[in-house]
This record gives sequence, structure tokens and C-alpha cells, in this order.
Amino acid sequence: MSKTEFTYELTQGFLPGHRACAGCGQASAVRLVMEVAGPQVVAANATGCLEVFSTPYPESAWGVPWVHSLFENAAAVAAGIEAALKHQGKLDDIGVLAFGGDGATLDIGFGPLSGMFERGHDVAYFCMDNEAYMNTGVQRSGSTPFAASTTTSPAGRESFGEDRPKKDLPAIAAAHGIPYVATGSISVFADLRRKVKKALSIRGPKYVQAHVPCPPGWGYDEKLSIEMGRLAVDCGLYPLVEWENGEVTRVRKIKPIPVEEYLKPQRRFRHLFRSEDGKAQIAKIQELADANIEKYGLLE
Amino acid sequence: MRKMIEGSQAVAEAVGLCRPGVISAYPITPQTHIVEELSQMVADGEIEAEYVRVESEHSAASVCLGAVAAGSRAYSATTSQGLMLMAEVLFNIAGMRLPMVITGVNRALSAPLSIWNDQQDTLAVRDSGWLQLYAENNQEVLDMHIQAYKITEDDRVLLPVMVCMDGFVLTHTYETVDVPTQEEVDAFLPPYDPLYKLDPSDPYTMGAFAGPELYQEIRFEIQRDALASKDVVKEAARDFQAAFGRWMGDVVDAYRCEGADTVYVAMGSVIGTLKDWVDIRREKGDKIGVLKVRCFRPFPLDELRESLANAKRVVVLEKAVSVGAYGILPGEVRAALCGQPNQPSVHAAVTGLGGRDITFDTFDEMEERSQAGEMDFFAGLRQELLEAS
Repeated sequence: MSKTEFTYELTQGFLPGHRACAGCGQASAVRLVMEVAGPQVVAANATGCLEVFSTPYPESAWGVPWVHSLFENAAAVAAGIEAALKHQGKLDDIGVLAFGGDGATLDIGFGPLSGMFERGHDVAYFCMDNEAYMNTGVQRSGSTPFAASTTTSPAGRESFGEDRPKKDLPAIAAAHGIPYVATGSISVFADLRRKVKKALSIRGPKYVQAHVPCPPGWGYDEKLSIEMGRLAVDCGLYPLVEWENGEVTRVRKIKPIPVEEYLKPQRRFRHLFRSEDGKAQIAKIQELADANIEKYGLLE
Repeated sequence: MRKMIEGSQAVAEAVGLCRPGVISAYPITPQTHIVEELSQMVADGEIEAEYVRVESEHSAASVCLGAVAAGSRAYSATTSQGLMLMAEVLFNIAGMRLPMVITGVNRALSAPLSIWNDQQDTLAVRDSGWLQLYAENNQEVLDMHIQAYKITEDDRVLLPVMVCMDGFVLTHTYETVDVPTQEEVDAFLPPYDPLYKLDPSDPYTMGAFAGPELYQEIRFEIQRDALASKDVVKEAARDFQAAFGRWMGDVVDAYRCEGADTVYVAMGSVIGTLKDWVDIRREKGDKIGVLKVRCFRPFPLDELRESLANAKRVVVLEKAVSVGAYGILPGEVRAALCGQPNQPSVHAAVTGLGGRDITFDTFDEMEERSQAGEMDFFAGLRQELLEAS
């Protein structure tokens, strides 16, 4: 695999100088999206890390028109922008993007997102999935993986952390029958870039969910962000899948590695390696990965 | 053209004449006739708006927010629970200085569930930064909507406007309404041409967050401009009169207040009933007048002081209750008159909650109880129910 297939360039969309943490997967993923999208776009952003680190008034990292309203309404605001551009006859020339974290997308903003899909707005929605409420200090979201310890699903004497698996929003999005849904990872850069490009070439609602490792939230050395994302994909816990009009059309094949290799470097899973009960939970996580591999036919 | 139409239809006609680019709403009784009418007008090609049928009032307001930010004129309507669900977005729209108009149909809040009229809902969002106008009748409803767009889009204001109208009492009542022509409205209200919008050829960042070193100044500017918007509200009424030949009132309007010892202060459709009652009491020799508060936000402080300068007793009727405290409008009237020369006594009368009819008997009861010195009371209570419980 070529590691120098693409190079970052300064884009008009998302500029340097923002305040993201070192090693932030989300900042890289947004830069990728904006590089592909080009200057003829308008972006709506949910409350969250991205909004906070990119727009402390009077500064802004955005070179395209950008609006933040609230936590749960980015999809509805984007729908309103789309309706206005349609009324003004500009929708052929201007693309509408929306960004939200996993909490904004899977949890509090789920209704507005579903409404946007169902009504068929020409909006590309990008969910930056770092698997917890990172902006407020690593609280559990509907996207937090099984057995992860967060500040509101902490491991303890009577708990091994989060007791439910991730909400499968990509499948729910696909069930709306929208033209394009994809999962990607900032660590599989060319694949994510291709998916963003494809999403932006299609009319109607699009949903791309990108796995974006978070050094402070997951608890690993920040230089390992790309490695963390790659391990998640390679073990089968983050399957890279595309759906078109509700049907799976393409998956990225893997040579599976054991889930321990992904879990071990992360503080949020550290407790699993300290007890016999933890081993049982790791076995359950392996089952989740195996189920993904089976469901989507991920084996090379 | 004079037409015999329902209040909801008067709203729809007015909104249609204002040429909104985007309409977004969620159905809720008694707002439904307004959005049904607008849907039909869009379906028949009578107005060229995008109608976005959202999954909640929160999204209705959010869609409008996005549409205005992108440079289109937007409209929504809601009531009661819907307004509560919208509340978060309402504060946000005002804070972002995005001009738009919604019809705040007045209905009680749950619990108990009630679809009937009072004004608890719009009064609950009085601190949101929206300007609030309260209509007495359906001609005023129609005229207010056209004026509302003129006010909200004025560069000196850039704060959203809520036109408040009593649910059922106005929305579902047929009255003769003079509907202006499209040419007349176009001449009064030019197309929306915002100072800032989401435009790739001139990109802006909207909705950035502000730290403690900046937040207070931004809120101060909102307050400063909201207070100053009173002149624009007055100007819009005068310009409207010049264009359409109809004067529907200043920020407050006095009725038979000349030489009145007692003045009743209220908002909305109850003003009509009060005027009839005052006519009867005047015939009996009672020196009673009515002061209508047409513009509640910005608050007509100077106008209230001036209008009530000679009153000995003021009774403020409120179709809402600030639970655990005193009335909302009554409290503000009291504060406005506090320390004024010859300060009158200000009595707070809560009535008409959840659609309870307000009749001449209710006013007679208020008159007796305020004369007897009661300061804060519910009028029109069914004592037999309270005694039984």
C-alpha cells in the first residue's frame, strides 16, 4: 500500500491555525472533506469539538461560508440552507455540507437527521465518530463501543464500562433508502477520500461516517492516531462499507488481526487486561468483530 | 379587497403577499389552518416558496434559521408545546441576529393538556430576543405580519418578530378583512437583501462561540437594538398607514382613557370584549378606560407611563401566570410605574386560562375585587370545584 498517495495542501475550506488537540483525527478528516469539496460549498456544523476548536470568535478556520446553530440541529439547518439555495436557483452551483460528532448525530440530533434523509434534501452529512462526548470530557454516547470506560460509563468494581454495543447508524441511514451511505476511517485515507468524492457527486441525502481517533478521549500516545484507526479497521470492529439506495455495494476487505491489538494501547480498555472477567469481555468484543466480518464478508 | 375569511386565512394571505422563500412548520392545533392554507397556496403555485415539512417544531425553526442565513425570507407558525420545543432555537435565531417572522398562536401549556387559548406560551419566551406584537382582531393580524417583515429586516433591528394571536378566538373566527394587493405589498416591503449571508463568493462564519471577554458586549448590543427597535415598530405602523390607509395602532393604544380613574391593561383579543364592557360602564358613569399593549417586546415603558399618568387604579389582565410569583405583564407595569408621580395601585388579575371564557361578569368581578384592594387574584374561578377538592 502506498503511503504517499495523497498529500495535504492548504485548502480554501479548512485552514490551519485552529485549536484542535495534537493528533486529532477529526481535524484531519475535515481537512480531507474540505479539500475534496472545494470552495463552492456552504457548511452547517453541530456544536462539538469541531465547532469549538475552529471558531472561537472573532477567529475562524473556515474559508467557506459556515454556520453553527445548536447541538442537535445541523441536519435541519443544512436542510434550510438547501431549501433557500433551491428557491434562489443556486443549488446546481453550491453544495451543502453538514458536520456533526457522534453524539450530535447518533443521539441528540437523530430526529433532525432522519427528517433530512426522509425529505430527500441535497445535503452531504459527515459524522465525525470519535465514540464519545469528547468536547464535554469523554462521556458515553450511543456510539461508544462495548466495554469502553468513559467518564459516565466508567469501569469499576461492579462494571466493565459501557454495557451496550455501538448504535449502527450507517445501517439505519441506509434503511432510509438514501442514495449513498459510507463508513470510512481517517486512517484509510485514500478510501475515505474516494468516498467523500463519491458522496459529493451524488444528488440527494448522503451520509458518511468517519472513524476519527481521539488521543485524550481514548487515552493513547497522540502520535498513534493513524495507527489506532487502522487497527480498528483491521480487527473488524470498524467495517468500511458502502450502501447505495439501501443496499451494500462495496466493502473493504481485511486480513483480520485479534481485537486485543487494537484494545491494548488504549486507556479506555485498560481495565479489560487486569482481570479474568476482562478476558471474558475481550472475548465478547472479538465476537462483535467476528460478526462484522461475517455480516459484511470482510475476509480477503 | 374586503373578504370574509378566517383569522388563519388572513395570516396565510399576509404571509403569501410577503413572498417568503422558505416556509417550514410542524402541525399543531390551533395553528393548523394557517399551515394548511399556506401548503395549498404552494401546491396551487400561488406562492413560489419552498415548503419544508419537518419532523418537529425544533427543526421547523432550525430550517428557517438556515434559510435566513442563506439569504431567503422565512416563515413559520406554531403554538404552545410547539413553541416550547422551539424555544432553544428561538433564542439562537435572535442571538444570531437573523430576521424572520413566526406566528405565535396563543394556547395554554400542559399539564393539564389543553388545546385552548391563553397566553402562557408566548409570554414564556419573552426573554428570547424576539420582538412580540399582540393582535386584537384579524385585520390587525394581517397588517401586523406585513409590518413584522418590515421591522425585522430593518438594518437597525435584525431581530426576529413574533406575531401573537389568540388561538381559536382569532385563528378560527371569520371576520371581514381588507386584503391588500400584491403590488401594494411589494411597494411597502422590498425583497429581502441581507447585509450578511452564507455565500461562497463572500464567505462568513456565523454562530461562532464567544468567551467571557466578548459575550457580554454581544448581548448588550442585542438589548440596545431591541430597545431602539421601538422607533422602528412605530415607523412601520406609520408607513403602513401611509401606504394602505389603515392605522392599527401604536405600541400601546388607549380607548376611552380620557378622564379615566381606572384603566384596564391587557393584550390580544380580550381587548375587544373589554372595550364593549367599558362602553357599558361609561354609560353608567364609571370613569374606566382600556389600554391595549400592542407591542410587548420591546417593552413600551415610556408610553405606559404617559398613558397611565392620570390613573388612580390600574388593573392588568393576564391570560397566564408566573407560577410562584406575580403576573408577567402586571409585574412589568408595576415596575414601570414604581416611583412615578401619583403612582396608581396596580392590580394583577389572572383569568382566561386554558380557554376559560372571559365575560362582562369576569370584568365586574375584577372591578369589585380591585376596588376592595385585592392586589393579586384569579378572576372567574369556579369556587365550587375548589371547595369540593
